[in-house]
Amino acid sequence: MRERPIRVLIAKPGLDGHDRGAKIMARALRDAGMEVIYTGLRQTPEQIVETGIQEDVDVIGMSILSGAHTHLFPKVMQLLKDNEAEDILVIGGGIIPDEDIPALKRAGLAAIFTPGALTETVIDFIKEQVQK
Amino acid sequence: MTLANRILTGDRRALARLITIVENQPTEAIPNLQLLYPHTGKALVIGITGPPGSGKSTLVDKLAKKLRQQKKTVGIIAVDPTSPFTGGAILGDRIRMQDLATDPGVYIRSMGTRGSLGGLAKAAHSAIEILDAAGMDYVFVETVGVGQSEVDIVGIADTTMVTLVPGLGDDIQTIKAGVLEIADIFVVNKADRPGADQVKMQLEMMLDLNTKEIKWRPPVLPTVANAGEGIADLLQGIKKHYRYLHDSGELRARRKARYKAEIMAIVEEGLRDRLLTFWAGEGKINTVVEEVIAQEKDPYTAAFELLGPFLAK
Amino acid sequence: MYDKRQVDKIKGRKRKWEEGTLKKVLDRFPERRRDFKTLSDLPVERVYTPVDTADLDHEKDLGMPGEYPYTRGIQPTMYRGRLWTMRQYAGFGTAEESNKRYKYLLEQGQTGLSVAFDLPTQIGYDSDHALAEGEVGKVGVAIDSLADMEVLFGGIPLDKVSTSMTINAPAAILLAMYIAVAEKQGVSPEKLKGTIQNDILKEYAARGTYIFPPQPSMRLITDTFAYCAAHLPNWNTISISGYHIREAGCTAVQEVAFTLADGIAYVEAAIEAGLDVDDFAPRLSFFFNSQMDLLEEVAKFRAARRLWARIMKERFGAQNPRSSKLRFHTQTAGCALTAQQPDNNVVRVTLQALAAVLGGTQSLHTNSRDEALALPSEDSVRIALRTQQVIAHESGVTNTIDPLAGSYYVESLTDKIETEAREYIEKIDVLGGAVKAIEQGFMQREIQESAYQYQRSVESKDRVVVGVNKFQLEAETLPEGLLKVDPAVGEYQKERIALLKADRDAEAVAAALKRLEETAQSDGNLLPPIIAAAKVYATIGEICDVLRGVFGEYETSVIF
Repeated sequence: MRERPIRVLIAKPGLDGHDRGAKIMARALRDAGMEVIYTGLRQTPEQIVETGIQEDVDVIGMSILSGAHTHLFPKVMQLLKDNEAEDILVIGGGIIPDEDIPALKRAGLAAIFTPGALTETVIDFIKEQVQK
Repeated sequence: MTLANRILTGDRRALARLITIVENQPTEAIPNLQLLYPHTGKALVIGITGPPGSGKSTLVDKLAKKLRQQKKTVGIIAVDPTSPFTGGAILGDRIRMQDLATDPGVYIRSMGTRGSLGGLAKAAHSAIEILDAAGMDYVFVETVGVGQSEVDIVGIADTTMVTLVPGLGDDIQTIKAGVLEIADIFVVNKADRPGADQVKMQLEMMLDLNTKEIKWRPPVLPTVANAGEGIADLLQGIKKHYRYLHDSGELRARRKARYKAEIMAIVEEGLRDRLLTFWAGEGKINTVVEEVIAQEKDPYTAAFELLGPFLAK
Repeated sequence: MYDKRQVDKIKGRKRKWEEGTLKKVLDRFPERRRDFKTLSDLPVERVYTPVDTADLDHEKDLGMPGEYPYTRGIQPTMYRGRLWTMRQYAGFGTAEESNKRYKYLLEQGQTGLSVAFDLPTQIGYDSDHALAEGEVGKVGVAIDSLADMEVLFGGIPLDKVSTSMTINAPAAILLAMYIAVAEKQGVSPEKLKGTIQNDILKEYAARGTYIFPPQPSMRLITDTFAYCAAHLPNWNTISISGYHIREAGCTAVQEVAFTLADGIAYVEAAIEAGLDVDDFAPRLSFFFNSQMDLLEEVAKFRAARRLWARIMKERFGAQNPRSSKLRFHTQTAGCALTAQQPDNNVVRVTLQALAAVLGGTQSLHTNSRDEALALPSEDSVRIALRTQQVIAHESGVTNTIDPLAGSYYVESLTDKIETEAREYIEKIDVLGGAVKAIEQGFMQREIQESAYQYQRSVESKDRVVVGVNKFQLEAETLPEGLLKVDPAVGEYQKERIALLKADRDAEAVAAALKRLEETAQSDGNLLPPIIAAAKVYATIGEICDVLRGVFGEYETSVIF
C-alpha cells in the first residue's frame, strides 16, 4: 500500500462550460481520499500539462462535452511526451463517440468514461492503475 | 543526478517530485534538502491568511503578476483543508491563478492540510526552501482561515499579510488575538463594498490600543483584488516591510528564531527516533505506563528509569 | 376548495381507510420502499385527497386560462387555438451546412428556427483564435461576421420565420447581425420575430460561456431591452433560463427559484436603467427543462407561471397583463439521456415532452436519442420532431386546457414548489439579489450539492436509471450514422476570415470599432454602434475585444 494520497488534476480543456461531471468527479475522488487539484474551465493543453507537472499529480482527468476531444486530448498527450511526463496516467470523460475511443487510446489515454459511467468505476480504475 | 542538482538546473519535474517527497516521506528528502540549503536565503517569503472568501488567491495572483512585470520570479504554495473524514481534499486555489500556470517564472503548488498540523508546517517550510533554492525571488504561502494552524504556517514567513473583507460577518472583535499579532500587513480586500471603511477603522483603533512598544505598526491597506486596485500599493507595503525587517535586524532575528526552532525540531525528532530504537519500539513505555497506572510508580520515576540507560550509553 | 366541514369528513374517512383497508394490506404486503419521493427529492404521500388542496382558492390560485395568475396557462384557448412552436435546436459546422439543416427542418413541418452557435462564437472568439482550436463548428455553427450570417439565413425569409438564438455574452452582436441580414432581405426590424437567450446570470451560475464581468454584462442586456422596445417590438429580448441550471444538477424547486431570481435581477436592472416595467416586461421570456418526473414537472411549470405573475404584480407593480405572463420555451432534459441503449431515450423524451405540453409550454425542443453520444443524426432529429407531432395530433392532451388541474396531487405539488421557490428567492434577496448570490457562489453550491446527491442516489441504486444501473445489456449495439463534424471546418473558417479581412473596408471597420469603444466608455446605448460595426463586417472577435478592453473579463471566484 502506498501511504500517500493519490493526487489527481481534474481539468476542463476547451471552451465548454458544462462542468457538472467534472465537479461530481472531483468530489467523489475527494471522498475516496484523493487530493484533487481543480483548475476550472477553459484550460489550454499547455496549462493542463504544466499544472500536472507542478502539482506532481499521479493522474490527469479531463472532461469535454463539445466534441473538441479529438483535437485537445491528443495535444495534451503530445505535450506530456515533450515534457517527459508520460508516466502521468491520463483519463478522459464526456460526450465521446465510441468510434473515437481507439484513436484516443492510441494517443495514450488510459481510459475514456462516457455519460452514465459511475464515479465508483473511475475511482477503482485510478486506484488499480496507480498502485501498479 | 540527484533531485537537488536537477532542481538547481531548473528542472521543474524534479522540483515537483522533491516537494512530494517532503510531504510524504520527509526523512527521505533530507539529503536533497542538505544539498539545496547553500542556495537558500535569497527569497522573500510572504505568508497570507484570512477567512474563506476574502480573496487571498486573487490577491496572490495579482501580486505575482505585478512581480512578473518587474521580472521577478514567484513561487506559490496554496494550502487548502483536507477532509478529516476521508483524508481527501479539493485543492481549488489555483483556479484564480491559472493564467500564471504556463509562465516559466512562476511555480504554483497546492497542498492539503492532511493529518497533522505540525507535519504541514514542516512540509511547507521545506517546500519554501526548495522554491528558494530553485531561484524564486518571492515565495507566497497561502492558507485558509485564521486559526492556530494558519498561525503556525505563516510563522515561517518573513512578512505576514492578514486579509479581511467587509460584510463577511467576521467582526474584527471575533478574530483571534493570535492572528492579529502575527500580521505585518492588514489587507482590506473588496474595499469597494460597503463597510470597508469601518473594517479599516476598527483595525486602526485596535492597533492604537496596542500599547506595547512597537517598531513596526502594521499598515491597513485597501484592495479590490478582482479589479487589480491597490495591488501596487500593497506590493510597496510588502517591500517597505522588507526594508524595515532588513534595516532593523528583525529579519535576522526572525530567521534566527525560525532556524532555532527548526534545528530543535530536528534534534527532538532525532532523539525521539533514537530513543524508540534504543527501547526497541514502544513496548517498553507501555510496560512502564501500566506500572504507573497501578500506582506502583510515579511518572517521574518511570521517565528517569527509561532515560537512565539511554543517557548512560 | 372544500369547506371545513367537508374537509373534516374526508379526513375522518381517510383515517378509517388507513386503519382498515390499508392496514390489512400493508401488514401482509409492505410497500416497495419506505419513503417515496419525486426526482427532486420532494416527499410523496401514498394518496392525495381534497384535504391536501383545502387551502386552494380557485379564483386566487388558479383563475381561468389567459387570466391572472395564469396558473392554467397564458392564453384563453391554449392548444385549441394554436399548437406550441416546434423548435428543434440545430446548427453545426459551417453556415452552409446549418442552412441546409434549417431548410430540411422547415420542410418537415417545424415552425420555428433555433440556432446553435459553436463555443468560440458564444465566447466571442473568431475561428482563428488560439482558444478556438478544435472547437470551431463543433456544438453549433461557426459565425465570425455578417458574411457568415448572410449564408446561414440565405433563402430563409426572415419576415416569415421566428428565430431563436442560443447566444448570451455576445447576444447583442448576433442580434445586430440578424438585423443587418434582414435589412439586406428588405425586412425591416419591426417585422422580426424571435428570441435571443441573452441570459448572462445563468452562464455564471451554471453554463460557463461568459465573457465580461456582471456589471457591464447587465448593461449590455438592459441596452438590448431598451433598443428592442423602440425598434423590435416582436423580439423576445431575453430567455431567462432554468434549463442549464437544471442540467447542472439542481432540483425542480431550485430551477424555478434561481430562474425567477435571475428574472427579478434583470427587471431591477432595467428599472434602474430608467425603463418602465411595462415597456420591457412583456418581451421577457423563459426557458425551462423538462425532466423525467412527469407530474412534478407539470406542477413545476404551473408553479413558475403563478409565482412569476405574482412577483410582477406584487413586487414590481406591473399594470400591463402581458408583463405578468410567463411565456416559456422547453427543452427535454439532456442530462436524462443515456449513452446506454440509446433507443430508450425516445421514450424518455416522449414523457418529458408530454410534461411540457401538459404544463402549457409555448415552444418545445425534443432531444434526439443519440445526443449522449454525439450531435444528432438527421434520422434521430426527425424522430424527435415526430414525437412532438404525435403528442400534438394523436394523444388528445391538447384538446382541453391544463387537463391536470384539480388533481389533488398536482395542485398540492404546484403549491409546494411555489412555496419552496419563494423561500429560496427570499434567501437570495437577503444575500443582495441574484447577482450577489452568484458572485458569492450561493447558487453554484446549491446546484452542486443537489447534483452530487443525485449521483450518489444513482450509484447506490436508490434510484433506478434503466439501462444504466439496472436492466443493462451485456453487449450494446451502437447506433450508426452519428453525425460527424468535418474537422476541416476550422481551416475553412480561418480562410474565410482572411478573405473577409482582405476584402472589407478596413477604414470603415476601424472607425466603427472606435465609435463602439467610445460608447462603451460612456453610458450611451451600445446597440447602435454594435449594429454599425456588424454592418461593415467587423468580426465578433474584434467587437468583443473592444468591449473586453473597456469592460475586462469575468473571473470565476467560487468553485466548491
